[in-house]
Amino acid sequence: MQDIAVILLSAVLVNNFVLVQFLGLCPFMGVSNKLETAIGMGSATTFVLTLAAISSYLVNNFILIPLGLEYLKTIAFILVIAVVVQFTKMFIEKSSPLLYRVLGVFLPLITTNCAVLGVALQNTAKNHGFLEASLYGFGAAAGFSLVLVLFSAMRERLAVADVPVPFRGPAIALITAGMMSLAFMGFSGLA
Amino acid sequence: MNMVDLIAQQPLLAALVALGGLAIVFGGILGFAAVKFRVEGDPIVERIDALLPQTQCGQCGYPGCRPYAEAIANGDIINKCPPGGQATINALADLLDVPAPELDGEAVEVKKVAFIREAECIGCTKCIQACPVDAILGAAKQMHTVIASECTGCDLCVEPCPVDCIEMRPVAQTLADWKWDVPAPLGERLKGLRSADLIATDRPRATTGKDRAA
Repeated sequence: MQDIAVILLSAVLVNNFVLVQFLGLCPFMGVSNKLETAIGMGSATTFVLTLAAISSYLVNNFILIPLGLEYLKTIAFILVIAVVVQFTKMFIEKSSPLLYRVLGVFLPLITTNCAVLGVALQNTAKNHGFLEASLYGFGAAAGFSLVLVLFSAMRERLAVADVPVPFRGPAIALITAGMMSLAFMGFSGLA
Repeated sequence: MNMVDLIAQQPLLAALVALGGLAIVFGGILGFAAVKFRVEGDPIVERIDALLPQTQCGQCGYPGCRPYAEAIANGDIINKCPPGGQATINALADLLDVPAPELDGEAVEVKKVAFIREAECIGCTKCIQACPVDAILGAAKQMHTVIASECTGCDLCVEPCPVDCIEMRPVAQTLADWKWDVPAPLGERLKGLRSADLIATDRPRATTGKDRAA
């Protein structure tokens, strides 16, 4: 039980994928203009990342390791992630058109989210078991969603703030992200 | 020696089999999903919807642009959209490959915007709720006003006003929004012209009938 809490806490806060490990920065900057889209992207990523962490664990443990093919894990994981994303997209489109309208645009974007591949690779590097691997994936996604939502809320404020001209647009967003990153460094004391 | 051992001893073969097998399995899953979860979308509705102005004003008699797009796809006429004007009708006619009719109802020649006579406004917010493009500013028991640059001139705010303080005013043309008139279609410009009139040397010279015959 304590292990579970430690893994989740570490993935969400201490080793936050975006602000501490700097993975998945592209959607972090790209879809954080509006709170609404950020929430959509966050939930889509959470869903896909958890599923991708589980399936890449299965592929790694039951196909790659028995055949001595660990060196192929990157390319195999990319394949797994692409399939999971595409399958999720089809499934959601059929089962819940409303959810598809909210998440639809973001689903293909997740394929190129390097946090997804990062989680799969770190799971193998850290020798996580099945439960740990899926929890780590879920925690990473929850951390991603958390900072995405926080950041987009800040950017909505920034959009109406009186920012000096040279800092307008992406400049102030990057500075804000940097300061958020500094703040998240504070969580390393938890570990 | 079983199959797995045999494959595992040949690194190249193992890699090929593993990745190839994964790809085939995944391809099968996706192919199955594509058939199983096929969505009967109507692409023509999407394309019609994309051409409509999305003001959701309801002047076509449908509760919004998308319902009207669905109605067009089911055979409704395409000239019921005043905010889109003739340009939208032409685009729709082009997409659906039908002749472009004139805009239904009285032709809106001049662009108009709503204007609130502020001295009479009682601040009931009814026009704010009616406005499809959020072009009316104000709060309860405060006077309202129209953001002229956002107003599409759709008339929807006029009717709900309990004190009739909203009027539609034509927009004066300024240097900033003046445009050349769109030239009439070629067919109309040539109407009444004989092909002979186009070529100067073919025109009848204002001389004698003998010359013309020659």
